[in-house]
Amino acid sequence: MNHTPTPAPAWQETVFKVLKAGGVDQIAYVPDAGHSHVIRSAIADSEIEDIVLTTEEEGVAIAAGAWLGGKRSVLLMQSSGVGNCVNMFSLLQAADFPFFTLVTMRGEYAEFNPWQGPMGKATQGALELMGIHVLRVSHPDEVEEIVSAGYDAAFEAGEKVAVLLGQSLIGRKKWERK
Amino acid sequence: MNQTAMKPRADRRAFVSRLLSSVPEALVVTGLGSASYDVFAAGDRDLNYYLWGAMGGAAALGLGLALAQPSRSVVVITGDGEQLMGIGSLATIAAKQPRNLSIVVLDNGHFGETGMQRSHSSLGTDLVAVAKGFGIADAFTTDSLEGSEQVARRILARDGVSFAQVFIDANEPPRALPPRDGPFIKNRFRAALGLRPF
Repeated sequence: MNHTPTPAPAWQETVFKVLKAGGVDQIAYVPDAGHSHVIRSAIADSEIEDIVLTTEEEGVAIAAGAWLGGKRSVLLMQSSGVGNCVNMFSLLQAADFPFFTLVTMRGEYAEFNPWQGPMGKATQGALELMGIHVLRVSHPDEVEEIVSAGYDAAFEAGEKVAVLLGQSLIGRKKWERK
Repeated sequence: MNQTAMKPRADRRAFVSRLLSSVPEALVVTGLGSASYDVFAAGDRDLNYYLWGAMGGAAALGLGLALAQPSRSVVVITGDGEQLMGIGSLATIAAKQPRNLSIVVLDNGHFGETGMQRSHSSLGTDLVAVAKGFGIADAFTTDSLEGSEQVARRILARDGVSFAQVFIDANEPPRALPPRDGPFIKNRFRAALGLRPF
């Protein structure tokens, strides 16, 4: 295996800085390329529990358990994972848990894989139907402000918030392996 | 007639009551349905977190709590159907190996809440083999009240994650319904841990 390390985009470094400054205790994730810097940083940070999930709804339940124990847990996932979470989101409403998730988007802009389309286009609606407030980042300059605004709304005001990281921010997926 | 009906099995209420009396300081999370009723019937406690929904989420919720409170014993008490729905969470737990988390599956081999249809665990699935396969080495079965001591020792020791499959009778004891008010049980639990409102 030859994984040449490429420097992380600055906006991904900003995401991790915002979470760290906000005192995040746990980062649970199903990986996506757009989250890779944050995941690497969480694994390298001895003060943060990094939790790899088999499916995204585990991260919703973990966030509730963390809050019960006085800690802050953030869920990283791709838009397809939002579909996996729908019933588990009931937990957030039924017991009024704070919740913060960062969602990398697929299927809505410069997408080459039609299988990403149905869930990607329904992601925002699915979150809102389940009572989660949705914010969106489309440009690197907005990352710090919007991610920190969402994070604070979750853990200072007890809201349930998803920040969608748009495909125009993430960039087109390179499909050719060279 | 199936062979599983011939095996010795514990009474669920007596098993849970005896287990919880041995671990009075533990933080307890219950999967929806009969497991919640059993834990409530053993005596309501501020440090019980009863789920009434979120099926498949009990073990993962226990993981988040165990990582948040590493100096406390955390025990998840759930049923075979609930655990099967969140079966991947056993892999997630094994990857973290929280020393203070114990999973107790009350297994009657049936979906007790919905008409006693047979579940996978009486149709061939070996939950202990599954747990071990996911990486929870300390996985075992018990079918007697005395087995609760074996489970309690693990909960108290906090020296590794454990998984207990408890074979119980497929009966339906009288309903004992815990509070359904999610914010109430959440806030009461946090207060009992000394956590302040945000």
